[in-house]
Amino acid sequence: MTTDNQPSPASAPEEEVPAGERRSFLKWLGLAAAAAVGGAASRTVAAEAAGSRQSTTASQSAPGAGSSPPVPSAPSSPDFENLLLRMQNGLQRALAKPVDQRRWVMVIDLRKCVGCSSCTVACKAENQLPPGVVYRPVIEEEIGSYPNVSRRFTPRPCMQCDNPPCTQVCPVGATYKRPDGMVEIDYDICIGCRYCITACPYSARTFDSGFYYTKSTPAQQPYEKQANFEYGKRWDRAKGSPVGNVRKCTFCLHRLDAGMLPACTTTCIGGATYFGDANLPDSLVSELIASPNVMRLKEELGTNPRVYYLV
Amino acid sequence: MSAISATRQSGGMHGWKVVLALVWAAAFAAGTYGLVQRFTLGHEIANYGSYVPWGLWVAMYIYFIGLSAGAFLLSSLIYVGGVQRLERIGKLALFTAFITLVSGLLTIWLDLGHQERFWEVYTRPNPFSMMAWMVWLYTAYFILVLVEMWFAIRADLVTWRSHRGLAGLLARLLSFGNYDSSTVARDRDRKVLKLLGTLGIPLAIAFHGGVGALFGVIGARPYWNSPLYPILFLVSALASGGALLTFVVAALWPSRRSAEFRNLVSLLGRITLALLALDLLFEWAEISINLYASIPAAAGAYREMLFGSNWWVFWLVHLAVGSLVPILLLVFRSRSVGSVGLAGFLMAVTFLAVRIDIVVPGQVIPEIRGLEAAYQEAGLSFQYIPSSGEWLVGLFVVSMAILLFTIGYSNLPLVSKTDEEA
Repeated sequence: MTTDNQPSPASAPEEEVPAGERRSFLKWLGLAAAAAVGGAASRTVAAEAAGSRQSTTASQSAPGAGSSPPVPSAPSSPDFENLLLRMQNGLQRALAKPVDQRRWVMVIDLRKCVGCSSCTVACKAENQLPPGVVYRPVIEEEIGSYPNVSRRFTPRPCMQCDNPPCTQVCPVGATYKRPDGMVEIDYDICIGCRYCITACPYSARTFDSGFYYTKSTPAQQPYEKQANFEYGKRWDRAKGSPVGNVRKCTFCLHRLDAGMLPACTTTCIGGATYFGDANLPDSLVSELIASPNVMRLKEELGTNPRVYYLV
Repeated sequence: MSAISATRQSGGMHGWKVVLALVWAAAFAAGTYGLVQRFTLGHEIANYGSYVPWGLWVAMYIYFIGLSAGAFLLSSLIYVGGVQRLERIGKLALFTAFITLVSGLLTIWLDLGHQERFWEVYTRPNPFSMMAWMVWLYTAYFILVLVEMWFAIRADLVTWRSHRGLAGLLARLLSFGNYDSSTVARDRDRKVLKLLGTLGIPLAIAFHGGVGALFGVIGARPYWNSPLYPILFLVSALASGGALLTFVVAALWPSRRSAEFRNLVSLLGRITLALLALDLLFEWAEISINLYASIPAAAGAYREMLFGSNWWVFWLVHLAVGSLVPILLLVFRSRSVGSVGLAGFLMAVTFLAVRIDIVVPGQVIPEIRGLEAAYQEAGLSFQYIPSSGEWLVGLFVVSMAILLFTIGYSNLPLVSKTDEEA
């Protein structure tokens, strides 16, 4: 298993596993895991164990051919690593850097998105979003005419633009680009004029009108009044802000600061959402956005979004 | 004989006044209910939300601000340009500009998500925001209008301070102990007025052009993103402000029988007609160019305005009632005070439709196709029709404006002494 901090040269030749060999590989993987546990139990970092073991098995098996059945190696391949763990490790490394050297980006693989809207719901739950406020809707498109149709699903978080049209219009400077590139809204300052909503070309900003889902039901549910922790602060809607404020996706900054990936990323059932620091050359997102099949929404506007789509 | 007819006439006037007062009282009561709702339920009473964040109140704000800037620029024409035929309405124009400005500010304050934080625009303004500029400019404009108005009525306050009741009290309070009504003092007043009016012209242009720029700079909304917008806003402000002033003068001027009054109204009518024609030309430029170019985000919004579910706002309210009828009245009955006044009234009132058609269509085209269906719940709609609560709050502001105007009109020396006696 390769992690972000272990780009082991020994594992490099092993990465090119032809697709047909995957099934047999899976069989070996179980054995290899057992071997790893038995043979390298004292090692704490699994990746290191995998790397060193591969080199030893390679040198042993060549001269001893025929004498004994070869001990199957546990090839490590990006196809089979736990990407969430890899991203998590990358997150730790990014957090170890000064804040202005991080460059958070999100990559969404449209080929993998099945349109389940789990991310939308996870986001709603994580940030305690009321009716009328949605940070990450999934846009559904039907392409072609029946019966020759295909569907495309496009989750749309805040683009955290590098050239954001929304921040400059704020009359009181309540929204701005942070050193790590996130576009933040200071709920304690925002006057709720909603000018920034009109300025966002992606409709990524929403207005908290003060609705509750269960307000007009027989019993307003207490969970709806629970605080959320956007931007690492406690926000009690019952007491005011963010009611009356403009709200948008924060890339789950409060989770990042705690070393956790954004809620949409961990929830995605298809693993279609990637998150990480593009300033780490070996991070998963850096690899993904280097591919040619990458696009961003409304590139022609020059907003320079930090959300990339793989198509 | 003439005494009898005069009594009869005043009796008829009295009946009208009672009806108008009752209508006003009903509007004020309903408006107050809306205001209470606004403060108890917040933005829940409104139909604007996340996808159409600006609704009726923003439209009403630019409507009032436009009326104010228009009335003020016309008053500057009088004090700076020395258009003597209009000199008599200078004070009324200033007062109209003041009341509509206050109404606009009240409306936009009610629109804020956090009203208690409005002062932040003064304490921590962002110099790159058109909105911050607009607030600073209209604050300067507000102060200028107040000072200019004081100098315009100061000399009259001296005589008015001996009046009984509210008028006398106001005169005594507002004169700030300055009771110099000599010719020298009056000449000084006139000079100050000319200076302030001169300062006011660039200020009013910057401030209302700035409101147009506030929309014009939004690159995300091609419907608004037009260099024509600041200029269009100025022209439409002059047209609507001129119309309101024409109506106010035609309806309220005390010396109704003088030939001078008829000439005055007729001149105001012609100015308004010219401004309306210019405004329609600008509108035509925007509509025709955008429709022909067919770039979806802009043309779609214009199609929505012209042929969408609220097509009647443009065609019936703005074009038919607010433009065609006034044009016919102003062209064919330009000597009739009643007709010119009616034309001014229709134009001034229906100009709200123009403002709604600036604010709303710019927001109803989804910025990303399919977003309208992506996640549906309250507050996430690209359709917008003002809610009853929004209308009621609007009604409150309008009735408040009428109340303030009436109080000011009856208790401040806004029309010249000679006109009253005539």
